[in-house]
Amino acid sequence: MEETKSNGKTVQSLNDVTVMFAGDSGDGMQLTGTQFSNTTALVGNDLSTLPDYPAEIRAPAGTLYGVSGFQLHFSSSDIHTPGDSPDVLVAMNPAALKVNLKNIKEHALIIVNTDSFDPKNLKIAKYDSNPLDDGTLEGFHVIHVPITSLTTNALRDTNLSIKEITRSKNFFALGMMYWLYNRPVEPTIEWIKQKFAKNPDIAAANEAVLKAGYYFGDQTELFTTRYSVESANLPKGVYRNISGNEATAIGLVTASELSGLPLFLGSYPITPASEILQYLSTYKNYGVKTFQAEDEISGIASAIGASFGGSLAITTTSGPGLALKAEAIGLAVMTELPLVIINVQRGGPSTGLPTKTEQADLLQAMYGRNGEAPVAVLAASTPSDCFHMAIEASRIALNFMTPVILLTDGYIANGAEPWKMPLIEELEKIEVKFATEVEGFFPYSRNEKLSRPWAKPGTPGLEHRIGGLEKANITGNVSHDPDNHDLMCKLRTEKIQRIQNDIPELEVDGPSKGDVLVLGWGGTYGSIREAVDRVRKSGYKVSQAHLKYINPFPKNTREVLNNFKHILIPEINLGQLARIIRSEFLLPVIQLNQVRGLPIKSVDIQNKILEILGGNNGK
Amino acid sequence: MANNIDVNEVKLTAKDFSSDQDVRWCPGCGDYSILAQVQRTFPDIGVKKENIVWVSGIGCSSRFPYYMNTYGFHSIHGRAPAIATGLKISRPDLSVWVATGDGDLMSIGGNHFIHACRKNIDIKILMFNNRIYGLTKGQYSPTSEKGKVTKTTPYGSIDYPFNPASLALGAESTFVARSLDRDPKHLQSIIKRAADHKGTAFVEILQNCNIFNDGAFALLTDKETKADHVLVLEHSKPMLFGKENNLGIKLDGFRPVVIDINDGKHSVSDVWVHNEEDHHPIRSFILAHMTDDPKLPTPIGIFREVIKPTYDEGITEQIENVTKKKGRGDLQKLLFESNTWEV
Ligand code: SF4
Repeated sequence: MEETKSNGKTVQSLNDVTVMFAGDSGDGMQLTGTQFSNTTALVGNDLSTLPDYPAEIRAPAGTLYGVSGFQLHFSSSDIHTPGDSPDVLVAMNPAALKVNLKNIKEHALIIVNTDSFDPKNLKIAKYDSNPLDDGTLEGFHVIHVPITSLTTNALRDTNLSIKEITRSKNFFALGMMYWLYNRPVEPTIEWIKQKFAKNPDIAAANEAVLKAGYYFGDQTELFTTRYSVESANLPKGVYRNISGNEATAIGLVTASELSGLPLFLGSYPITPASEILQYLSTYKNYGVKTFQAEDEISGIASAIGASFGGSLAITTTSGPGLALKAEAIGLAVMTELPLVIINVQRGGPSTGLPTKTEQADLLQAMYGRNGEAPVAVLAASTPSDCFHMAIEASRIALNFMTPVILLTDGYIANGAEPWKMPLIEELEKIEVKFATEVEGFFPYSRNEKLSRPWAKPGTPGLEHRIGGLEKANITGNVSHDPDNHDLMCKLRTEKIQRIQNDIPELEVDGPSKGDVLVLGWGGTYGSIREAVDRVRKSGYKVSQAHLKYINPFPKNTREVLNNFKHILIPEINLGQLARIIRSEFLLPVIQLNQVRGLPIKSVDIQNKILEILGGNNGK
Repeated sequence: MANNIDVNEVKLTAKDFSSDQDVRWCPGCGDYSILAQVQRTFPDIGVKKENIVWVSGIGCSSRFPYYMNTYGFHSIHGRAPAIATGLKISRPDLSVWVATGDGDLMSIGGNHFIHACRKNIDIKILMFNNRIYGLTKGQYSPTSEKGKVTKTTPYGSIDYPFNPASLALGAESTFVARSLDRDPKHLQSIIKRAADHKGTAFVEILQNCNIFNDGAFALLTDKETKADHVLVLEHSKPMLFGKENNLGIKLDGFRPVVIDINDGKHSVSDVWVHNEEDHHPIRSFILAHMTDDPKLPTPIGIFREVIKPTYDEGITEQIENVTKKKGRGDLQKLLFESNTWEV
């Protein structure tokens, strides 16, 4: 931490900061957070975000359950999580303060909009007395800013209504934070101009308020210190900020281009997966066909129809939708058609926590179907990894003529990180060959991958029938023969196993042998990585391996696991991967499970690792 | 065919459409006739065999695709319209047909059915209505008449049946027709018309299940009774029926009544003239609901055919328009579209 003086104020240089913007769901906190993230990315910090919004679209104003938050962690070095607990809380109302108080760091900086701490809002937030002056905030560094009145002041010469004026107060908070953390206002001004191009009055007002917030920071005596976070030393390349859902959508279009097949998406809106359907429906000039179906079942059924017709077929959903699609996935298993099913996991069971994250659909993805119905199961580990895994899921589906379930989750779907973009021409093509030869064509003959030929309608002489009834090996005719069914069940399972030959081995970060391996899958990658880094910094040896291919596991998985005395598996469920690892490899594993609808905190993983190491082991 | 689908060069025969699989319906089942009429008609619809796909769900009727020597997909219960929808949207060049039954389409698949109609997906749906669950061995179906005694309704069913034509009309299907398994000529003509229609075509085929619901439509098919109980709808012709062709339907306000044109009081000019292209749907509903009244004959033929753009055309057109406006998508550009920075 370095200190210098500028403009009568101390400038303190920090390595990393976690900020939480919190307010009413109508206060524009998601927008504020996203703008702050984009600007932060542009100045070259590494960053990770966690939007956290209520399930209600417009919850009653001022309520605790109506609080919308946006957490952002940025740094001058490599980071992997949105931060365990915020260093700074911007609270636009009493409810936002109350909800976040238990989670912020000791001595954290709290910036409150004092205007909203009136008796009415205090009552709605269930405060008996005003926390700003009853000692509740003792120990914190609290800065009182009348954000609403300052905003009104800045716009007193405009013709805007009170409602319009107060609506732009989030820009005041944003401007103030830009000043505090030394970031330029220009990118947001640019954005405002584009976004409100049709409404120049509002654009001008927002810009004025943003600047007012910035100058307020500079002039007020409330702030004595300003902070700077130097740009991070990221690998060379061109970057953008990307969320998991957008990365998934772009990955699918890329897979379509790499395979030369038209993309078809059949989907039904469901939180937190709808964005993928929204993004893809804008990519019409990439030949993408999206079909918003009447229900989840039709979403997948239409995709199966498109797959039969020779498209790269996709369906996207979340947990409840995956349950509804189960029977149809079985049909795709039986008909051996390529299909990518993307499940952006959310809190369950039932409707559960629709806007919160969880990893509790792993067993559903693996086993949630009638009969022996094996499918490939993949999981993306970070927002940008969704791009690669969407391509991988497509590649495996097409090469092996099988449904593939790709698991992402609410956290990586909505969270964002800087992404070094690939060059499309450097990506490997996906080979697809349709059957055309009449001679020797059998719908259920197999190649070395055990994959059957794909003959699309329109091909003369290859007219054939497929369906959900058991198929006779090779001919594909309906068969109820006991030996044939036994053989076909085994062939379908063996086909999925052979995917092992086509996927990368499981990599170990850190020593390949040792006391502790932290094994994870999916969206917990960042939390684990950060915990492992911290443990290592304090001198311990610990290794990390992260599974992105779960069915089948990479070939060397057993070998990797056998090299460690203890295997710790942190998961946002009650032990689903742990259960699979135990049954598959007969290995004892240590679980760390939290189902709080939030990413696991790195500090909890860190403590668990230290507990296993037992003090000095491995130092 | 009106569709933008390749037409045949060499004339095929019914045999060309027959697959090598043994047909396994019960002997005497009405499905045999339906299969035969489809195979007889298909050489005339002018579509190449390889461009035809039959999609089905589950039930006796849904075995249909196995017996057609075209592309075929025997899927899961109720989902045929959804699978056919995805296939047609992704491959507008194909002629997509759905073979289904009253349980498959009106019960478990009801949602897919009404939405396919609503969206005017260019698929042809032949629903074999035998008013019973055959494959599961005789439970009542959503088209079984109230009071029907079956294995699951030993004291008679309490629920009211769907009127399939009315349901299809209500869901805005652009082609709604009814025919009979035992009237081969009529059935052939309706299949041909369905093939020619651009948009969702719904054909209800009254089909005898001689095992679990024998004689359900005997009045409409028996030599002695059919003339007095079946009204054959023909476009721009007066609705006449009866052994002597002397009975007619007169529209009394919204109420159809039977008149005798030879009784001295009425003449043929009192008889309702069928207009299948009537833009207003109300008259087609009156026709659909004639089956509810035992005093009225059951209409067969085309209740209504209207032409409006199909969903699959719409999606193709939108893609063309956006591509024209924005240019063919460039992936690398898509990546670089949002704020980028260089390290
Ligand atoms: S059960 Fe009825 S509908 Fe099914 S095949 Fe036999 S006769 Fe036909």
